Amino acid sequence: MTASSHLADDIAVAPVDAVALEARAAELSTRSIKKDAKRRGLELAISMTDLTTLEGMDSPGKVAALCGKAMRPAPGLPSVAAVCVYPDLVAQATKLLAGSSVAVASVATGFPSGRTDLALKLSETRRCVEDGADEIDMVIDRGAFLSGDFAKVFDEIAAVKEACDYAHLKVILETGELATYDNVRLASEIAMRAGGDFIKTSTGKVSPASTMPVVLLMLEAVRDFYFDTGKLIGVKAAGGIKNSKQALRYLAMVNETVGDHWLTPSRFRFGASSLLNDLLMQLARLDSGTYQRPDDFSKD
Amino acid sequence: MTQLPEKQSSTREESRPQLVFGERWVYEPAPQSLADVPAREKYDLFINGKWAAPKGRKHFDSVNPATEQVIARVAQAGKADVDAAVKAARVAQTKVWGPMAPRDRARYVFRIARLIQERSRELACLESLDGGKPIRESRDVDVPLAAGHFFYHAGWADKLHLAFPGSKPSPVGVVGQIIPWNFPLLMAAWKLAPALACGNTVVLKPAETTSLTALHLAQILEQAELPPGVVNIVTGDGRTGGALVEHPDLDKLAFTGSTAVGQSIQRSLAGSGKDLTLELGGKAAHIVFDDAALDQAVEGIVKGIFFNQGHVCCAGSRLLVQESIHDALLDKLLARIERIRVGDPLDKNTDMGAINSSEQLQRIEALVEAGVAEGCTLHQSTCTLPNKGYWFRPSVFSGVSLSHRIAREEIFGPVLSVMTFRTPAEAVEKANNTAYGLSAGIWTDKGSRILWMAERMRAGVVWNNTFNQFDPASPFGGFKESGFGREGGRQGLEAYLRFHDDTLVQG
Repeated sequence: MTASSHLADDIAVAPVDAVALEARAAELSTRSIKKDAKRRGLELAISMTDLTTLEGMDSPGKVAALCGKAMRPAPGLPSVAAVCVYPDLVAQATKLLAGSSVAVASVATGFPSGRTDLALKLSETRRCVEDGADEIDMVIDRGAFLSGDFAKVFDEIAAVKEACDYAHLKVILETGELATYDNVRLASEIAMRAGGDFIKTSTGKVSPASTMPVVLLMLEAVRDFYFDTGKLIGVKAAGGIKNSKQALRYLAMVNETVGDHWLTPSRFRFGASSLLNDLLMQLARLDSGTYQRPDDFSKD
Repeated sequence: MTQLPEKQSSTREESRPQLVFGERWVYEPAPQSLADVPAREKYDLFINGKWAAPKGRKHFDSVNPATEQVIARVAQAGKADVDAAVKAARVAQTKVWGPMAPRDRARYVFRIARLIQERSRELACLESLDGGKPIRESRDVDVPLAAGHFFYHAGWADKLHLAFPGSKPSPVGVVGQIIPWNFPLLMAAWKLAPALACGNTVVLKPAETTSLTALHLAQILEQAELPPGVVNIVTGDGRTGGALVEHPDLDKLAFTGSTAVGQSIQRSLAGSGKDLTLELGGKAAHIVFDDAALDQAVEGIVKGIFFNQGHVCCAGSRLLVQESIHDALLDKLLARIERIRVGDPLDKNTDMGAINSSEQLQRIEALVEAGVAEGCTLHQSTCTLPNKGYWFRPSVFSGVSLSHRIAREEIFGPVLSVMTFRTPAEAVEKANNTAYGLSAGIWTDKGSRILWMAERMRAGVVWNNTFNQFDPASPFGGFKESGFGREGGRQGLEAYLRFHDDTLVQG
């Protein structure tokens, strides 16, 4: 692995000023999004959602309900981007979503901690892809990262990428465990250089999950990578995004930081479970002028 | 309106990947409602607690710079009006405000702060309507900071003997205050709050183009039942200011504005025995080292020069970039200025509003033309500007050296001059090579270098890894031709006090 390890050692990134980064993210949270702009934003957010269920209690029934909702969130509205499940439910989801535009995403590599052997991570990844997963959400080895073994992090991502074959790779940085913005910036760079198609904030199992400043920083990272290499890497904000107001703030940040190239489900995603119903509720309010009862929306 | 050379795009930009903005998702206009803002059509003078028509019977137009429409008629105070105001202030100082128990003065100042908060929406709307600044800034910066200055100084009113231990501070007396048009309400607060807390009475003259918020502040003073004559507000042009400066019964004059006017005030006050504080122009250096957090530095640079359309005396108008990162930083900066939303000041999503007056716009245009004529490269945002009103695009000059006019003269508009340096010592030399010395900014990830640089900056305020941060507790003021005297903080109180003990250690 000497060739790729050498690549990891060469990665250098500019420092990040936490105060100024947070101030810019806060500034971008104050945009006033009204009327048609709001409708457009809410529909975009639906189309960018990875409808997710990652619980020990997940069952075939739960997955079936989720897939139904993913394909037809509500009459006249776009389907979501993907359904995200644990590896053992990939085959079922693939069958249910066949012929639709909704992709099957699976977490892999010992999600959420990643504390397992590389060979097992690779075989888990291959199995998910064989079962029909279009997208693999892997976790990086945070222990290796924090101990300074960036080469190990890099090599593991590169190996998983190879195991993904045609499937897209999303690299979960688990920013809540990386602790500093400088670490997030460096981990983003490693993930992009090692072959990730997306960089993703969180597993949703660690607090804090996605935050505005972290995603702003990751957007800056993909933008700089695009300038350097011409390659467009996606960003996925996952965990903690529960309502439309938050989603619109993220979208305004995407809109004003990286622009149109990223305002599409192929480059920006929300990993969320309860967000979708709030988006539907706000859209219904734009149509009718009043809020409907929560029970008017399916709780799948 | 802006008859300027075509945008000159950088050759570096064309061969590389480009970002695309604004086609997939466009924000709808989000105008702030003016429905219940109690603006009047005509404003008189506020003298001795009453609204009085000017003795000369003259009013002038106040214009909305974003639409060129007249929004109100404002009184032109003459010599006789200024005299009446100073007389009222003298009586109030000797009979009421001076002898009043400090804690009672504190109550009034505190009440003013609360009323500013209560009427914050009205004040923010008027500030944007009258001056052209975006509502986001009036709402989130000007008005809250104005209230903050009154709150802060209310706390000092009965603790002045503790601020200067061993001395017996007493009020200066009657103070004339002349304020600029860039932060009309905030500058009124900077001037009034410490003066009142220290027991002085005031005759305040707002800038001609932006009188409205000062006049609504007068309504607030009425509402707070401030005793008559403690604060008098006389509106008008430079003649009114001249009458105030020359009035024989003032004890002190405080002025914020251009260096040229400040110098003429200093000349006319020489030998008069009146105290004087001046807060004048600036040409601040904003220094970025190669180890800086680049994306955040870009935000700081943008905030430093485009905040309030660049109508900021402490604006970071000279960008000094370490040569090794010049190209990378300029690329990021030019991409960023395309994202500045320029337009209707009352739209909540506007980042940069209108230039304050046609006179100021002409001055900016003249200096930018001089920059082009002297061979600097002009980069401008390609944003669409409204048809009516006074507007100027966010502008960046590269290839500037210290001998160019745009590197030496204060432009007071959204125009940045970019220069390079190679070593820290060179950065210091270039930063200090100016007639001014109001502020400076330093971006580096290295703590020891921050301290080394800050020690060497000949500037009243040095911001590190940030820019344009203000706080009532932090003193503000200049070196050299940027003026003298401090405003804000414990140091700011000194300008409104006399001391009766020569053991006082200043500062």
